[in-house]
Amino acid sequence: MSSTAGRRSYGVKGAPYAFLVPAAILFALFFALPIGYAVWLSFRKVHVSGLGLGAGARSEVWAGLENYRDALTDNEFYDGALRVLGYGCIVVPVMLGLALLFALMLDSERVRLAPFTRLAIFLPYAIPGVVAALLWGFLYLPDVSPFYYVLDRLHLPQPNLLDGGPLYLALSNIAVWGGTGFNMIVIYTSLRAIPAEVYEAAKLDGASPLQTALKIKIPMVAPSLVLTFFFSIIATLQVFNEPTTLKPLTNSVNTTWSPLMKVYVDAFAKGDIYSAAAEATLIALATLMLSFGFLRAANRRNRQEAAG
Amino acid sequence: MSSLAVRKAAPAAGTTPGTAQGPPLRRRIALVPTLTLLLGAIYTLLPVAWVVIASTKSGSELFSTFTFLPGSGFTQNLKDLNAYRDGIYWQWMLNSGLYAGLGALVSTCVSAFTGYALATYRFRGREAIFNVLLAGVLMPPVILAIPQYLLLAKANLTDSYLSVLLPQILAPYGVYLSRIYAAAAVPTDVVEAGRMDGASEWRIFTRIALPMMIPGMVTVFLFQFVAIWNNFLLPYIMLSNDERFPLTLGLYTLLMQGANTPALYTLVITGAFLAVLPLIALFLVIQRFWSLDLLSGAVKS
Repeated sequence: MSSTAGRRSYGVKGAPYAFLVPAAILFALFFALPIGYAVWLSFRKVHVSGLGLGAGARSEVWAGLENYRDALTDNEFYDGALRVLGYGCIVVPVMLGLALLFALMLDSERVRLAPFTRLAIFLPYAIPGVVAALLWGFLYLPDVSPFYYVLDRLHLPQPNLLDGGPLYLALSNIAVWGGTGFNMIVIYTSLRAIPAEVYEAAKLDGASPLQTALKIKIPMVAPSLVLTFFFSIIATLQVFNEPTTLKPLTNSVNTTWSPLMKVYVDAFAKGDIYSAAAEATLIALATLMLSFGFLRAANRRNRQEAAG
Repeated sequence: MSSLAVRKAAPAAGTTPGTAQGPPLRRRIALVPTLTLLLGAIYTLLPVAWVVIASTKSGSELFSTFTFLPGSGFTQNLKDLNAYRDGIYWQWMLNSGLYAGLGALVSTCVSAFTGYALATYRFRGREAIFNVLLAGVLMPPVILAIPQYLLLAKANLTDSYLSVLLPQILAPYGVYLSRIYAAAAVPTDVVEAGRMDGASEWRIFTRIALPMMIPGMVTVFLFQFVAIWNNFLLPYIMLSNDERFPLTLGLYTLLMQGANTPALYTLVITGAFLAVLPLIALFLVIQRFWSLDLLSGAVKS
C-alpha cells in the first residue's frame, strides 16, 4: 500500500507505532497484565502456619498444579461445564438457524414490511442481557405470565419453566431472543453482497426461490455463517448474566450454575482467588482450543472446496 | 445499492415460471417470507410490549388482571420509583449515560488511531499486533475482570468510576471495524498527496483521513456505547457503592430485594421499562441516516 511512501519521506516510519501507543498501553494494562497475573495466581496458594492467627501466619506459597488438579476433579465445576454444553447445544443451532432463516426471508423478492421487521428483530440487541433476563423471568412466572393465562384458559398442563429440563429451554430462549437479530444482520449483509449476475443463470434454469436459497445463497454466505457460529460458541461458553439474573426468581439456578459463575463465587464469596484463577485459566484455555480447532476445521473445508 | 434495486425490480416485471401459478396477490407479496418475518417481529416485540403494559399496572393489578390489559398505576409507579432511596434510579441512569457516553467516545478515538495505523501503514509486526488485539475477543470477561479487580485494588482504584471506564476502552471488535473502515474509506493516493504537500502524519490523519472515516466511526461509537450500556459483569465485580452503579447493576440489586417482597416487582418492571427506552430511542433516531449493515463491517452500501 504505502511501502514506497515509507522510503520516500522521513518521519513516516515511526508514525504507525505512535498511533498504536494508546492501544498498546491499554492492552498491556488491562489485557496482558491481568491475564499474566491470573496465571501466576493459579500456581499459588495460601499457607496457614500454626493457628492462623497473628501477622505472618498466612503466607502465599507456590502450589504447582494443585489448583488445577482440584478444579479438574471438582464435581461442581464439571457439572457446570456439562450444563453449559447442554445449553449451548440448544442456543447455537436455534439462534443461527433463525438468523439464517430471517436473513433469507429479508433477501427474498416481494417481501413486505421488511424494514420494520428487520428493526424489530434487531431490537433485543439494544436491550441489556440483565433486563432481557428480567423481562423473560417475569414472563416465566405463572402469576404474571400471559402464557400461563392462555394455558389455563385452554385447560392445558402448565409446565414449570424455571425448573429441571424446561429451565434449559427458558435460559436458551433468552439468549436466542437477544442474539438472533445481530447474527441476522451479519448474514443479511453478506447476502446483499452477492452480485446479481449469480442469480441470472438460476433464473434461466427456472430455479424456485427455495432451490436458489439452498443451492446458491447459503453456500455463498458460508464464511459469515462460520463467523457467527464462532462468536456464538464463545458467547455461549461465557454465559453468566442470564442465569445470575434468573437466580432470584427460582431455586433451580444455583450460584455455580455455569463455570464462570463458579469462578465468581470462588473468587468473591469464598475469597479463594487461587482456585478461581486456576478455573478461569482452564476456561480460557478451553475457549482458545475450541476457537482455533474450529477455525482450522473451517479453513480446511474452505481450501478443499476451493481445490475441488 | 443500485444493483440491489435492479435485482429486486426485475422479477416483478417479468413472469417467472416458478411463481406464475399463484393467485394475483401472492405474485405481488411473497406471503411466506412476510409472515415468517412478522412472526419473528412478534416474538421479539412481545416482552417489550409486556413491559410497557406491565409498567402501567399497580401492584395488585399486576397479579390480578390479564397480562396485556393496561393498568392504572403508571404515574404512581413513577412516583414510587422516584421516591425509592431518594431517586437513586435516576443516578443509575446518569451513571450508565456517563460510562457509555464517555467510555464509547474515548474507545472510538483509540479504535480510530489503531485502525488507521493498521490499515494505511505497512510496518513490521502489523499482522501480529492486529491478531494479538483481536485475541482479546476470545477472553471470557470474567477471566479478565477478576485479575483486573485484584490489580485495581492494589492501586486503590476499585469501586470508582474509573474502574468501570478504563477496562472497557480498548475494544477488539472496535479496532477490527475501524481497520476495515479506514482501509475502505481512506484512499492511499490522498494520503500520498498530503505527504507530497509536506503535511505531518498527524495532520494527514486529523485533517484528511479522520473526516473520511466518520461514518464508520459513528458505528464503532454506537457498538461500544451499546456494549458498555449493557455491561453487567464488570460493574458487578468492580463496584460496591450503589451510587456509582449503572442501570443494569441497579436493576439487578432491586430484583434481588424484590425476590422476597413482591411489592418491589412494580418498581423493577417500571425501572426495566425506563431502562430500555434510551437505547430504543437512540436506534430509532439514528437509523434514519445510519444503516444497520455497517455493524457487521459492510462498507459498500
